[in-house]
Amino acid sequence: MTDRPPVLVLDGITKRFGPLVANDCIELTLAPGEIVALLGENGAGKTTLMNILFGHYTADAGRVRVADGAGGLSDLEPGSPGAALAAGIGMVHQHFTLAENLTGLENIVLGTEPVLRVWGGRAEARAKAARLMRESGLEVDLDARIDQLTVGERQRVEILKALYRDVRVLVLDEPTAVLTPQEAEGLFAVLRLLAAKGLAVVFISHKLGEVLAVSHRIAVLRAGRKVGELETAKADRRAIADLMVGREVAASRRSPLEPGAPVLELDGVDVAGKDARRSLHGASLLVRAREIVGIAGVSGNGQAALAALIAGLAAPDGGRMRLNGRPVARHDSRAFVEAGVARVPEDRHHDGVVGAMSVAENVAIEDIRAKGFQHWGFIDFAAIRSRAEAAIRDYDVRCPGPDAPARLLSGGNIQKLILARVLERDPRLILANQPTRGLDVGAQAEVHRRLLAARERGAGVVLISEDLDELFALSDRIVVIHAGRLAEAGPPEALDRGTVGLMMAGHGREDAA
Amino acid sequence: MIRLEARQSVPGWLRLAATAGAGVAALVLVAIPIAAAGVGVLDAYALMAKGAFGSVFAASETLTRATPLILTGLAAAVAFRAKLWNIGGEGQLYAGALAAVAVGSGAISAPAAVMVPMVLVAGALAGALLMIGPALMKLRFGADEVVTTLLLNFVVLLFVQMMLEGPMKDPMGLGWPQSMPVTDEASLPRLMARTRLHAGLIIGLVLAVAVAILMRRTVWGFEIRAVGENAAAARYAGVPVTATMVRVALISGALAGLAGVGEVAGLKGYLTSDLSPGFGYAGIVVAMLAGLSPLGVIAAAIFIAGVFVGADSMSRATGVSNYLADLVVATSLLCVLVGGFLTRFRIRLGRG
Amino acid sequence: MEVLDILLTVNFWAASVRIATPMIFGVLGALVCERAGVLNLGIEGIFTAGAMAGWMAVWAGADLWTGVAVAAAAGGLFGLIHAILTVPLGLSQHVSGIGVTLLASSLSYFIYRTALPDVTTPPRIAPFRPVDIPVLSDLPFIGPVLFQQTPLTLLAFVLVGVVAFVLYRTPLGLAIRAVGDNPASVEAQGLSVHALRMGAVVAGSGLMAMGGAFLTMSAFDAFFFGMVNGRGWICIALTVFASWRPGKALLGALLFGAFDAFQVRLQTEVGAFLPSQVFLMLPYLLSIAALVAVARKADYPRAMLTPWFKGQR
Repeated sequence: MTDRPPVLVLDGITKRFGPLVANDCIELTLAPGEIVALLGENGAGKTTLMNILFGHYTADAGRVRVADGAGGLSDLEPGSPGAALAAGIGMVHQHFTLAENLTGLENIVLGTEPVLRVWGGRAEARAKAARLMRESGLEVDLDARIDQLTVGERQRVEILKALYRDVRVLVLDEPTAVLTPQEAEGLFAVLRLLAAKGLAVVFISHKLGEVLAVSHRIAVLRAGRKVGELETAKADRRAIADLMVGREVAASRRSPLEPGAPVLELDGVDVAGKDARRSLHGASLLVRAREIVGIAGVSGNGQAALAALIAGLAAPDGGRMRLNGRPVARHDSRAFVEAGVARVPEDRHHDGVVGAMSVAENVAIEDIRAKGFQHWGFIDFAAIRSRAEAAIRDYDVRCPGPDAPARLLSGGNIQKLILARVLERDPRLILANQPTRGLDVGAQAEVHRRLLAARERGAGVVLISEDLDELFALSDRIVVIHAGRLAEAGPPEALDRGTVGLMMAGHGREDAA
Repeated sequence: MIRLEARQSVPGWLRLAATAGAGVAALVLVAIPIAAAGVGVLDAYALMAKGAFGSVFAASETLTRATPLILTGLAAAVAFRAKLWNIGGEGQLYAGALAAVAVGSGAISAPAAVMVPMVLVAGALAGALLMIGPALMKLRFGADEVVTTLLLNFVVLLFVQMMLEGPMKDPMGLGWPQSMPVTDEASLPRLMARTRLHAGLIIGLVLAVAVAILMRRTVWGFEIRAVGENAAAARYAGVPVTATMVRVALISGALAGLAGVGEVAGLKGYLTSDLSPGFGYAGIVVAMLAGLSPLGVIAAAIFIAGVFVGADSMSRATGVSNYLADLVVATSLLCVLVGGFLTRFRIRLGRG
Repeated sequence: MEVLDILLTVNFWAASVRIATPMIFGVLGALVCERAGVLNLGIEGIFTAGAMAGWMAVWAGADLWTGVAVAAAAGGLFGLIHAILTVPLGLSQHVSGIGVTLLASSLSYFIYRTALPDVTTPPRIAPFRPVDIPVLSDLPFIGPVLFQQTPLTLLAFVLVGVVAFVLYRTPLGLAIRAVGDNPASVEAQGLSVHALRMGAVVAGSGLMAMGGAFLTMSAFDAFFFGMVNGRGWICIALTVFASWRPGKALLGALLFGAFDAFQVRLQTEVGAFLPSQVFLMLPYLLSIAALVAVARKADYPRAMLTPWFKGQR
């Protein structure tokens, strides 16, 4: 396939963010009809590279060249999504770029009509979109507002948006993160179909399995550099994994432990959230001391509601909830902290730290009203500082010092800071919501080690994750969440991924197995 | 080629420089309308400087004018730190003044040691009470406090006019709508003979220090900063966000209320409906110029007060409208915003 | 006269429409800005600037429609300041808006004072006269209420339709609604977030200024200090009440106008028992009540108050 003339060439792309080199002189060539996977860890620079290609960022060096009509290659104007679109490059972002107050069709035609045109009707646009849906199999209600659509449907609108512009190159950034394994299969079929018709596809992923399943060629990025490129057919799974990670990482091992007394009991709990994605229906869950209960599910199936409930940020609208064997009196973040619940939030930048405040203040924030940290309402800065110094030392938080603002820290170090804050209180229950998302391998291993150590000390852990590898490695039991309902899947030793995948799509335990 | 490069953190000296630069930039920009009015720019500014700081009396007038500005500036600074957009300083100032007059113009008679604290407490309470409504409307119903506090300014002013034409009207006031005078016992003492400086200035300075300590050294201040910088993370970590917001609202309202007390019980001696030439709004500018730092508020208030007093004096000498002062105040606010933006970047010359 | 009888008189409804007119301009202007994601608290000052600039142009010899254009241009200019500060620079929309209000009002007052240093009574211009449209103006009731108004009132009605048409029926309106909900959607489709937002703020500010012009060129014939008197802030509350829809904005402004007209008439009826200020407070209190009533359910443009930077990380 590579003997065809290329449709796109990335030539020595380099991009720095401050001291961080996100892309270091990256080369990539793309031919029509091929699916190239861009494989790499979180933070390897995959999304940055594609954002440069699409004009969201401007490269510090290097150029993007696209095939012109005359059979040659011409430079793409940097920093202009408009120019990228005009050159036939379309991108499906990981965070969808849809206006939720508009319909699917409106999102598709947005920017394709002359802005100053006075109304001319959309019959043609509708017909074209309908034809594209038929040809690609991406069926979706074009007249429904985006906020009425499911995540999978939104993704279809995103792909249609690109196809509507007759793109020659389609970039998909982590498209399977929001899909069940079965939905992902459906997407792969669509991509193969489109590639067969001559579309060049770039598929960004950090999941080795799906890259092997869908791509013709694999380019591996690590720490901003392209470290390898090979034909998928000739690829060796083990070798690619080593390329991607760069070093051997010891898998965390879970030692067998006898669970203790219940620390969290949910019994038929309902949470009526703003929409289906933030609701729970009759959820029951038991977490005991010395066990990790993994919650598997496609994002947007009620994980947010479950997390808010365990964090003390939401109260059940029905059913019973008990902490440490006692009914919960106050559903309030502070009361939960005092009851010995450690909370690791999903969005660590947004909910985890106050970026403008110092590392020391962020370590102490849950304890600021506790004796020892304040006297008569005046803060004991010496106590806070020594606590922070201990945290920095014991948890290896890389930062300029305890007085540096927390926003200067990298994602991994913010996560270590949060772990230091919540685990040093000797919690009885730990809520870890996507604790390793976006972290590099080293930081991931560190988070896993800390959670396992807390389990051995006697804490019960609720681990909410979209990473099945992580769930299978750490959990004593896996519970699947789908459409706001919880279903016990069992210990990972007795499970296979296919079963969990089907349960994530809403099948019962029995017919999934 | 000129490039802007984001800074990781902004050093303190740069922040100060940016603020001073903003003040200078405002004066430069306002030179345009001065010149358009047909007056020499340097002459006008020289007259302003002389009018504001040229003599002991001029300086005392500036400090007198700075007194309410320190308090309304603190009110805005505390609220804005928590991202509570209290634009109602003007109304809270009038509420404080009205309460001071209600208590201090003869309704109660007691020695000064009792009356002065009582008048202060009454004014602070009135200002604080006025903030309860907007705070609850924000927290319970999600109503934007900017709009509610702004609209309440008009309601309070009408209420003051109603009281001054009705139950609180001074029968000896020759028909003018003004309140009965504040009694000697309830008045704030003068600080210096032959000037209008009054103890309100001391109160303002002490409160500026107190607010600085509150923000930097106490649990409440910690929580206010956390809520203001990232309410979601603060809530997640167990900071009582609602209680903190209410607390900030009350403190902010009380500070603005005290500004009103000072004006009636320290300066004017009675209440009229033109007591404040926009001290509440100018307080916002003071707070922003100060970078929301309580101690910075003192300097910023003196600068703005100097502009007001100097512009009055320059206006008498040259005939240029004293709305020039408001123009400088407004321009300073916009300049300080831009200055704050520029400090976040390093300007690099060289090839892109 | 009985209180309820007031509601049946032609005069009352004609007055309601008159009072509503500047609010229609103001709410339309505010909703255009906010639909694009920018809160424009400069509105109060932009009203003042429009009132002063329009009046002064006519006083200096321009014809009335040129005056309206001058007012709109002045509004657009202050809108541009707010747009530059809040869109490419991404500064606080709250503080910048307050700053623009302070600047626009103080500059208007300064220019007025400088141009007319020692007048005791404000000079007058010949303002817009009520129109006489054949047939329509002669209709019973509807005629005097809707069609014997000044041209600016009729323009306000027309602009409601124009703004609604642009927002819901043109690609430009589609882009404005999208940029206020999710700027990334617009950027990813190759349009400029900043151009759309700045354009909307400038255009919206022009509309606001026409509301100010109505005050000095139609409702009155002179410029007074403090004549805007919170109308701009009320428009911000009415915009939430109108859930950012032009049709509902018209309705909200008319309801407000009717309430205000009713309040004035009530004052003459029962004014002997209550001080006039009680009545004068009512419009402000009503606006607060309207805001509180809808704030929780309000469907705010999702990206309002959130600045957007290209290539942000």
